[in-house]
Amino acid sequence: MTKELLKGNVAFAEAAVRYGVQAYFGYPITPQSEALEHLSGRMIDEGRVFLQAESEVAAINMVYGAACAGVRVMASTSGPGFSLMAEGFSYIAGSEVPVVVVNMMRGGPGLGNIQPSQSDYFFMTKSAGHGDFHAIVLAPANVQELIDMMGLAFDLAEKYRTLVFVAGDGALGQMMESAELPPMQPVRTERPDWAVTGNAGRESRVITSLYLDPDQLEELNLHLQRKLAVIKANEIRWQEYQTDDADLLLIAYGTVGRICLSVMREARQQGLKVGLLRPQTLWPFAEARIAELAGRVRGILVAEMSAGQMLEDVERAVKGKVPIRFHGRMGGNMPMVDEILAEVWKLAAEIGIGEQ
Amino acid sequence: MTIQAVIPEDMELVYSYPASLTARSTHYCPGCTHGIVHRLIAEVIDELGIQGQTIGIAPVGCAVLIYDYFDVDFVEASHGRAPAMATGLKRVNPDKIVFTYQGDGDLAAIGTAEIIQAANRGESITTIFINNAIYGMTGGQMAPTTLEGMVTTSSPGGRDPNIAGHPVQMSEILATTAGAVYITREIVADIASINKTKNAIKRAFMAQIAGLGFACVEVLSTCPTNWNMDPWKAMEWAKENMAKTFPLGTFKMADAVKALKA
Repeated sequence: MTKELLKGNVAFAEAAVRYGVQAYFGYPITPQSEALEHLSGRMIDEGRVFLQAESEVAAINMVYGAACAGVRVMASTSGPGFSLMAEGFSYIAGSEVPVVVVNMMRGGPGLGNIQPSQSDYFFMTKSAGHGDFHAIVLAPANVQELIDMMGLAFDLAEKYRTLVFVAGDGALGQMMESAELPPMQPVRTERPDWAVTGNAGRESRVITSLYLDPDQLEELNLHLQRKLAVIKANEIRWQEYQTDDADLLLIAYGTVGRICLSVMREARQQGLKVGLLRPQTLWPFAEARIAELAGRVRGILVAEMSAGQMLEDVERAVKGKVPIRFHGRMGGNMPMVDEILAEVWKLAAEIGIGEQ
Repeated sequence: MTIQAVIPEDMELVYSYPASLTARSTHYCPGCTHGIVHRLIAEVIDELGIQGQTIGIAPVGCAVLIYDYFDVDFVEASHGRAPAMATGLKRVNPDKIVFTYQGDGDLAAIGTAEIIQAANRGESITTIFINNAIYGMTGGQMAPTTLEGMVTTSSPGGRDPNIAGHPVQMSEILATTAGAVYITREIVADIASINKTKNAIKRAFMAQIAGLGFACVEVLSTCPTNWNMDPWKAMEWAKENMAKTFPLGTFKMADAVKALKA
């Protein structure tokens, strides 16, 4: 395989095809419509299922239906469409069927705009629908990682029979960069032993999230919590850059994580020992590692394209051990290297290190 | 204990549960017609020999526990979304028989978009639409199909079209979609109409087996509890009043469906 110049949205869509997705249901919404457009041709050519639904509500329920049949299935959308899908997320979580949804975040609230944002962090990591559940949330920072995380997303969804979100943003969806696609994998033909396929030769199966008996529903919830605990113990992912000798720690994910890599390099050139921790899973979150680093560094700067959403998880991990500064841009604006660097220097001044 | 076990040896079993129905008491109120329609569907599934390939989609509403009464695979949809779920299931399982069972709140209010779009796409699914002009499970509130002037817990002065609009005629609407091949409205008020409804349900499933497109059987039904009537009076009331707003009859039958020998 060789590298090609690929647009983020096309890259994740084609990666899904190669990772054996059997059905895709979606509704056009900027900034991810290229994915739906790409799949509209590719899926049909491959003899698989593609359908442009009448709404994101219908799309996620089509996904839910196909997931109950035990096939590899996905949807993709952006903020407003993600809101509409929340109903389905809750049923999918309660029914424990594997589903992957890509959310290329855009500016909100409301119709907002179509520029990049990270303001769906709370929504995706804390409460993607009514009831007690979490989805696994993956946060790619470049097109290659977006491609690779599609494979990981399907594997995790099926391993844990859970909902997995791939959390990108408008910039990642729209940018073109060179990346390598995986080889074509065969589509899985067998169906898992919980799927509804007709009761021929076996007892009837029911997939439901309805438990009228409080004890039974509590048991389902306890089971879900036990499963989430296993996910927490095994699936936290992050990347670290030059944290060994760092006095100051940058924490950022996705596109902002990538920008912060440049911030870190600039700051080091200017004589500040700065490291970067880039969460690759937003749920579960690298709390323990951040707590550990908080015991070693002298200050932390969190940068996001939001009003400070991941910031709350960082604060929870740091527990006041070191000062935390926050730099956030909203409305579809992206933080530039210079402005984050200025915040790094303010933090340095606060704790009395370095001289510009 | 099986039914056979309690029959004296010199007696022949001539009537029993269909194989596709579980031998379980339903939670439905006395006089409710859900039980009749469940049985008709199960008989049709048995007669067509499709029990092992059939997947049902349960609704939100009084029939939410329908999967307890059927011995076929089932999934539980969110309110109104059964046609979307059925679309997903059928598209990845084209060789299976997929049916939705939906009430009037489910199909004619919250799920209007899903049913019309599924019909228009000609999804190869079968929908059984129970219209009893009221929300049964939540306690007798006004439905989209509540008759004008009909008193419910959320239209205490009777349904006023100036406030709440007019009863929605779903079969008439669905019949206008290009993808629908069979749309009919039936009633289960006496032996003749029950038999006729069974034939319609059978034809709707046969249309799916033949891959012809979308089929829906609307069944005018009763809700004695929330209509505040005894079962007999409810049946009479359905015949006299519901059929005026919701005329019985077949609104669309494609030639290919007509040719099916039900």
